[in-house]
Amino acid sequence: MAEKVLKQFTVKYWKQNGPKDTNAHFEEKVMKDIPGDTSFLEMLDILNEQLIEEGKEPFVFDHDCREGICGMCSLYINGTPHGKTERGATTCQLYMRKFNEGDVITIEPWRSAGFPVIKDCMVDRTAFDKIIQAGGYTTVRTGAPQDANAILIPKADADEAMDCASCIGCGACVAACKNGSAMLFVSSKVSQLALLPQGRVEAARRAKAMVAKMDELGFGNCTNTRACEAVCPKCETIANIARLNREFIKAKLAD
Amino acid sequence: MWLCNSSIGRKVVMSVTGLALVLFLTFHACMNVVALFSAEAYNQICELLGSNWYALAATAGLGALVVIHILYAFILTIQNRNARGSNRYDKTDKPEKVEWASQNMLALGVIIVLGLALHLFNFWYNMMFAEIVGASNPIGPTEGFEWIKETFANPVFVVLYVIWLCALWFHLTHGIWSGMQTLGWSGHIWFNRWKCISQIWATIVVAMFLIVALAFALCPDCLGGADGKVVPFEMAM
Ligand code: HEM
Ligand code: SF4
Ligand code: FES
Repeated sequence: MAEKVLKQFTVKYWKQNGPKDTNAHFEEKVMKDIPGDTSFLEMLDILNEQLIEEGKEPFVFDHDCREGICGMCSLYINGTPHGKTERGATTCQLYMRKFNEGDVITIEPWRSAGFPVIKDCMVDRTAFDKIIQAGGYTTVRTGAPQDANAILIPKADADEAMDCASCIGCGACVAACKNGSAMLFVSSKVSQLALLPQGRVEAARRAKAMVAKMDELGFGNCTNTRACEAVCPKCETIANIARLNREFIKAKLAD
Repeated sequence: MWLCNSSIGRKVVMSVTGLALVLFLTFHACMNVVALFSAEAYNQICELLGSNWYALAATAGLGALVVIHILYAFILTIQNRNARGSNRYDKTDKPEKVEWASQNMLALGVIIVLGLALHLFNFWYNMMFAEIVGASNPIGPTEGFEWIKETFANPVFVVLYVIWLCALWFHLTHGIWSGMQTLGWSGHIWFNRWKCISQIWATIVVAMFLIVALAFALCPDCLGGADGKVVPFEMAM
């Protein structure tokens, strides 16, 4: 089968110098003859090569693994974090064959007070690291490796914990939320440990500490709009948020 | 206090006050339906809930719930605006599964408050308040049936009540499941159940209010028994 080639389309991308730039604006570039099997980020690499050849400043965006596991890529493409063309995929897993001839592709940064823009579409997501540092770990001294059957964990619980742990901390949930809430991320990170016996020990302290940090960093109050779960590349659900609410309320009532 | 200085705590306040108001509305709707069948029975209820101490205490409690719910609605909304920041997206593509009501709870709430003000003016002011201050009206403070007739004889009020009830329906279809989610009583299975329950519950409550308003607007004389006697709805027609 002949490979699809996009003869011409336009990329409209956001340029911004730091968080307080008052002159932030869109720039446009017409792209030609891009093979459909080019990934979205490769397409941006080509765009940047052309910009450099033209003596212009390249477009800055985050990326690292380019295989959907690190959570660095973070582009708001045509009105949806990570683009809408593929469910359960990150920006780096998006391919140009999903776009059409003559499209105008609008690329914006995550726009949320919790994630200040560093440059163009690269945003500062240190806030997520701070939330993890506040309690997203176990302090139990585990000693030497345990026998696999020393702590019995029901398969369903292990699976659910694994699903929660697959959150890569990309921040798409915050970017999509009209309240700038980080609840889907925080609840996934609280759940991945709360569901397992090793993590249960500190579950109450963890839920309180991580929510306190999230609030302190200025993320909003979740109002259950579900925009987060609709865009999450790892298909986390608001069942995690219900679990976090439960953990937090129980911990506070026990105090 | 975690109920005011944590995000989940603030949501718990919103949820508990909201769900308590849902229970009150459900009770109120059931009470109203009585007016369709018997003027006498309805007026008896009005007398029971007149200006005695327990009715006054319940009214004060109810007022507190409404005030706290509205206050927190504004606090949450202001905080959320700030968290979102002032930079707007050039292009947004709302996912289908985001319900319209969930994005417009404050606007729906404001319509509900306006409807509430109208409602208090139409009924509470003429009934409980009149009884407290001993005002003299052509219709007595416990003659609820006659007050409903009087109010819905005015088509402007009928239209305003219908708008109010539509806003309430949207608010509740999101509010009920959202309240349970906030309290943590939800998950992969209960989420769908609560959503279904919210739709049904909101529809029943709103329908009960709507039927009374429309029936009194369209055919006030077929209701409640022609001379105030206890006569079933169908027989009265
Ligand atoms: C009969 C009156 C009302 C009832 C029965 C009611 C019920 C509810 C319920 C059950 C919730 C869900 C709580 C949650 O998500 O945790 C809710 C949320 C909300 N209500 Fe009301 N409400 C009423 C009036 C109002 C009024 C008058 C306003 C504002 C002016 C208002 C504003 C809001 C807002 C903004 C939310 C969303 C908050 C959130 O989801 O965090 N409501 N309401
Ligand atoms: S919950 Fe989903 S959208 Fe949010 S940070 Fe984790 S992977 Fe990204
Ligand atoms: S670059 Fe690592 S997830 Fe996209």
